[in-house]
Amino acid sequence: MTKPTPWKRKHLTGIEHLEPGELETIFETAESFKATLTRSNKKLPSLRGSTIVNLFMEPSTRTRIAFEIAATRLSADVITVSGNASSLVKGESLRDTAMNIQALNADMIIIRHSAAGSAKYLSEIIDIPVVNAGDGAHEHPTQALLDAFTMREHLGKDLRGKKVTILGDILFSRVARSNIWALTKLGVDLTLAGPSTLVPKEFEKFGVKVSHKLKPALADADAVMLLRIQHERQTSTHFPSLGEYTSMFGLNQLRAGYLKPDAIIMHPGPINRGVELDSKLADSGRSVILEQVTNGIAIRMAVLYLCGSYKDQKKGKA
Amino acid sequence: MSEYLCIKGGRIIDPANDRDEVADLYVKGDKIVGALSESELKEASIVDATGKIVCPGFVDLHTHLREPGDTSKETIGSGTMAAAAGGFTTVVCMPNTKPPADNAGTIQLILDAIERTAVINVLPTGCLTAEREGEKLAPIGSLEKAGVVAVTDGGHCIQNTEIMRRAVEYATMFDLPIFDHCEDASLTDGCVMHEGEWSLKLGLRGMPRAAEDIMVARNAILAEQTGARMHLQHIASASALDVIRWSQKRIEEKQGARLTAEVTPHHLAFTHEHLAGYDTHFKVVPPLRTEDDRQALINGLLDGTIECIATAHAPHTEIQKDHEFDYAPFGMNGLETAFSVCYDVLVKAGHASLNQLIGWMTYKPAAIINRPKGTLSEGSSADFTLIDLEATWEVTEEGFRSLSHNSPWLGQTLPAQVTRTYYRGELVYSLS
Repeated sequence: MTKPTPWKRKHLTGIEHLEPGELETIFETAESFKATLTRSNKKLPSLRGSTIVNLFMEPSTRTRIAFEIAATRLSADVITVSGNASSLVKGESLRDTAMNIQALNADMIIIRHSAAGSAKYLSEIIDIPVVNAGDGAHEHPTQALLDAFTMREHLGKDLRGKKVTILGDILFSRVARSNIWALTKLGVDLTLAGPSTLVPKEFEKFGVKVSHKLKPALADADAVMLLRIQHERQTSTHFPSLGEYTSMFGLNQLRAGYLKPDAIIMHPGPINRGVELDSKLADSGRSVILEQVTNGIAIRMAVLYLCGSYKDQKKGKA
Repeated sequence: MSEYLCIKGGRIIDPANDRDEVADLYVKGDKIVGALSESELKEASIVDATGKIVCPGFVDLHTHLREPGDTSKETIGSGTMAAAAGGFTTVVCMPNTKPPADNAGTIQLILDAIERTAVINVLPTGCLTAEREGEKLAPIGSLEKAGVVAVTDGGHCIQNTEIMRRAVEYATMFDLPIFDHCEDASLTDGCVMHEGEWSLKLGLRGMPRAAEDIMVARNAILAEQTGARMHLQHIASASALDVIRWSQKRIEEKQGARLTAEVTPHHLAFTHEHLAGYDTHFKVVPPLRTEDDRQALINGLLDGTIECIATAHAPHTEIQKDHEFDYAPFGMNGLETAFSVCYDVLVKAGHASLNQLIGWMTYKPAAIINRPKGTLSEGSSADFTLIDLEATWEVTEEGFRSLSHNSPWLGQTLPAQVTRTYYRGELVYSLS
């Protein structure tokens, strides 16, 4: 297992460029924060006096709330701005919106945006830390971190050699991309599975396997992660119907039997129950879906804490 | 200013006449002449070109001058000054203006602006279809009468093959070449870069080569069947080149028809990997593809499948390019950097000779529009360029004559510099 390395980053815009040691640093920090989640007094003073702006240009429930809770637990003041309630609907550019938020003395921006690369773009414009909460089909780093964190809890801290399969819409998924970077850095034997239209063979260039057949893809897997089928976008072009998708690629009881007996079932949510995942499996003892949600708070506390400490490092306080 | 000009002691390269020698170049009025009499020489302005290349002014078949309608990006005045700074003396401007150049009145408007403000030769194109909508033929005969040198929907590929067939058939009646941007829009809807490893990595929607290849094949087949002079713009795909080779052979056997293609400096210089930082300066269509495609484009020039180099100069304002990648417009500036970039990636890199490069930028594009340009032949228009091959220069915003600065070469140092450009014997650009 890789040793943790000191955190020196101002922004977290993706997993691709992180070192394995930096992932371990986040996990270790998250472990210590997780221990505080069940205390009666859950607040820590780490970001007291800081103002964090949650700039969510796309709809979100768990990610937005998890970031809000994480920031609040660290004693930061949080303001959430949603896309349809911002000046962007009046035609203001993202640049000007961000410059205004900075001018209002925010200390950090968390951004969710439909355009890939928008978090990086923002990080190049403003001087305060930017945390990516999902940019188009590019990256969703905190989701991948909480996924890997949850795997570590169930499969052991050293994930090298563990077999993990991600099943579903890989092509349009930022979660899949961030997980590819995170899990391959941690030494996981990773397989991407699903229909050929949603899982192009070229993903193999990133050090993963690609399979369009479920039995070999799921055989002896330690964990399977389902991804939401974005049927509002793809039904007409990428697969014939939800019914066909479910019959060919949905995870049901029979197919779950291909997994290792103690394998865990994961999903970043929201779930299309009965489409990519059988509803009973989603609620079964093998499902860790709600644990993922809880771990999302600890991971995001860790990320906010580490990126927030960048400011202190600059001032020589830390 | 004297009616006579002597460009003294330069290395004259005129590929159209297979000429490469250190000699003097003579100009009388607006024409190249073989010699000046002693009395004319006494009156002549002398320009010392020692150590410089003296070659025909470059000809660009693919320039967006944005006038009328988008004059915050470029005007005919600023665009032609940029062209002159890049060593061009003839540019063919695209008709995707606002309004589009789909009628004789708009062409006249453009010609008037050229007359008033252009510093070099500008040849307009007209639309193939009304409003560039691909649904109804534009008045191609009237456009030809008004003075267009080619017809094209400039940046928009006609999707309906029946309309394209009829447009091509009709244009052929006037012996007008048809320029086309080859793209099957059903395969590129919402796409912003080449489909491949990097689009997967960046999470950006990718355009497959098939979108280009399919329309190249369609156009090649229509050219063969109609005898049209079809010119395929900014080819970027290696497999499209294979289709062009196959078609050119068939057409050659049939005689009569002519299928030509162009490549841009940016497709010769960059690949999709350059989009790694989401820099919108690299957002172009057809997209920057793979290293294999880039190498194939170079080979396509060398084996003659690709006839010429064209800039696809597409100016956009800084505000428009300064956005999330998905929302920025396609296109980059190209006129002022074209020669230096091509010299770097073709000649300095050892792929081609300087004479070949100058040929691809002069008489070869001129032949596609059937104009006697791009040559230093006696009696031809005195359009020529002086180049210092030893110089290097930094690309800066301040250095651009174009109103727009959307260049991925900003901040870079390029080799070889255009030092002077003459159009019809008049100095229209001087480095100092």
